[in-house]
Amino acid sequence: MQIDLSVKELEKKFGQFSAVDKVSFDVEDGKFFSILGPSGCGKTTLLRMIAGFYEPSGGRIEIRGEDMANVEPNKRPVNLVFQHLALFPMMDVKENIAFGLKRRGEKGASVYKKVNDLLERVGLPGYADSKINQLSGGQKQRVAIARCLILEPAVLLLDEPLGALDLKLREHMKVELKKLQVEVGTTFVYITHDQSEALVMSDKVAVMNQGKFEQIDTPQNLYGKPASSFVAQFVGDNNQFVGKLTKNESGQFYVVTDDDNKYLVDSLSDTKLDERVEMYIRPEAMIINPSSDNKNLNKVKADVKAILFDGGNSRLLVNPLGGKSEMIVSLPQNRQFDYIKAGDSIEVGWDSASAACFKESGVKTYAEL
Amino acid sequence: MLNSKKHKIRWGFIMFFTPVALWLGLLIVIPHFDLLRMSFIGADYLSESGFTLDHYKNFFTEPIYWLTFVRTAMYSIIVTFIVLIISLPVSFYVTKVANLKQQGFLMVLLLLPFWVSELIRVYGWMILLRESGVINSFMQAVGLWDKPIEMLYNDAVMIMGLVYTTILFMAVPIIGVMDSLDDSYIEAAYDLGAKKRTIWTKIIIPHCMPGIMSGSVIVFMLVLGSYLTPNLMGGKNSLWFTQQIYNQFILYFNWNQGAAFGFMLLLMSSIIIWIALKVTGQNLSKVVK
Repeated sequence: MQIDLSVKELEKKFGQFSAVDKVSFDVEDGKFFSILGPSGCGKTTLLRMIAGFYEPSGGRIEIRGEDMANVEPNKRPVNLVFQHLALFPMMDVKENIAFGLKRRGEKGASVYKKVNDLLERVGLPGYADSKINQLSGGQKQRVAIARCLILEPAVLLLDEPLGALDLKLREHMKVELKKLQVEVGTTFVYITHDQSEALVMSDKVAVMNQGKFEQIDTPQNLYGKPASSFVAQFVGDNNQFVGKLTKNESGQFYVVTDDDNKYLVDSLSDTKLDERVEMYIRPEAMIINPSSDNKNLNKVKADVKAILFDGGNSRLLVNPLGGKSEMIVSLPQNRQFDYIKAGDSIEVGWDSASAACFKESGVKTYAEL
Repeated sequence: MLNSKKHKIRWGFIMFFTPVALWLGLLIVIPHFDLLRMSFIGADYLSESGFTLDHYKNFFTEPIYWLTFVRTAMYSIIVTFIVLIISLPVSFYVTKVANLKQQGFLMVLLLLPFWVSELIRVYGWMILLRESGVINSFMQAVGLWDKPIEMLYNDAVMIMGLVYTTILFMAVPIIGVMDSLDDSYIEAAYDLGAKKRTIWTKIIIPHCMPGIMSGSVIVFMLVLGSYLTPNLMGGKNSLWFTQQIYNQFILYFNWNQGAAFGFMLLLMSSIIIWIALKVTGQNLSKVVK
């Protein structure tokens, strides 16, 4: 597989502050690669360095094997879809799309033939003469992508282009964008703070935090086998327990939480015995009122504090053992658990294999309220 | 109820409209009608006679009049272009290159010279440039020039003076529109392979067109109707049409001829602005905004 984009030890410093801190990754030809991180993690800086708008403080960027140092943005074989798209309002759709070709010195009817072909491919036939402000959000999106694709870039960079759309359209465009990428076969590098966008569309996702990559992996592994406490918290929802790692006589590992509960664990990454650890369990890994014959299950009594109804994504908010700590538990909408009401006492269990354990990091993905 | 409300709105409208109507009527419309009437009436020192086109005929038959007229028009267009060409990079620097703190400082620097009157500003130039002025004294003291050189009273200096006195009226509207240009348009064009020149011609200037046109209209009118600067810096060698009008009114006391000249000037400026708006595809209501 050819490597389209290779980033090695890339660094960007603003004064003392490292916005991007020695990041390395490769993107193979035709892949959809996402960089996922909270705002301020340095992902936009990274993208702007690849596009050529920022000069790196150190490291290398190679596009199809060529070093991009000192190559101006208008000479690089990459194109950027801007966050607010930046479609030129003084031109109509066809002029916007033809802009790049004309800058290459292409002239005449062949330019507009290419424009019309591309408009057809992105599902906007007949829109060549429309004004930019006559288009809907989704249509603008497609024009912005077409404007870049017409130049057949080695890599298409996308800077949270779905951020400005409303929810329904965003859900729709996610699927559209993935289909479009598969169809045109161009390598996409997509940055976003929305984990659902990254998981749905990408072949590979890099999770970025404070200028560093925490994990580069497939969406499935990112969700199923997070490599760090940050990834576990940032990708999907998770229940967190903080406690001390201990071992019992039969050699099984336990986490003893601060409110003195014991939970069986088997997935240990970099943790040591008698160390403070953070344990994570996905809400959907929790079983409500489990049958008693499964021995490997951690079980805990809990009081239902509230039912958070959200269609297929409904959850229960529970207090384990009547304590202060909170836990969220997926509530399947198959009528099986319709009897559960707020204030009820239930039992919650999970397989010890579905818990992930990390050394205590104290990382928070959002400020405590 | 509804009627009384309607009534109130009309009163409010009248309250605001009356001063505007009075101002326009008393200071603009009535004097102009009187000047227009005067320009068609033959007169000597003592009495008025009937309708005549003599004043307009004089304009076309005396080369000094229409040559000055054409000269004034051409130079006004040239000055407007020079002002525009200087204002564009200045505005770009203020809005896109300078940071927020510098921006305020630069705006103050731009505005500062306009706190003093045009007369003082023009005299400032004269102190620098005249035969016994600062530059001459300095060059002689250093020994580069052995005798003083007269730098005032020619077309080049007059144009420079006019550019200097009007540049703010171009820079401010252009800074206004350029500020509203999102940086990402410039970056997007750059990313799509555009060179600097193309970014200017395809993105920045089309976006700034309303500001450019309103600035150009103001500067053109100011220069065309300017009296002080051409008079003081151009001297006798650089005739300006406003001087001809002044001469008719004040020196020859021929108000009728002066009125005719005034209307020629008004007609010309209207035609040139109309052509400029047509050529650039702008309309007056957009530019005035």
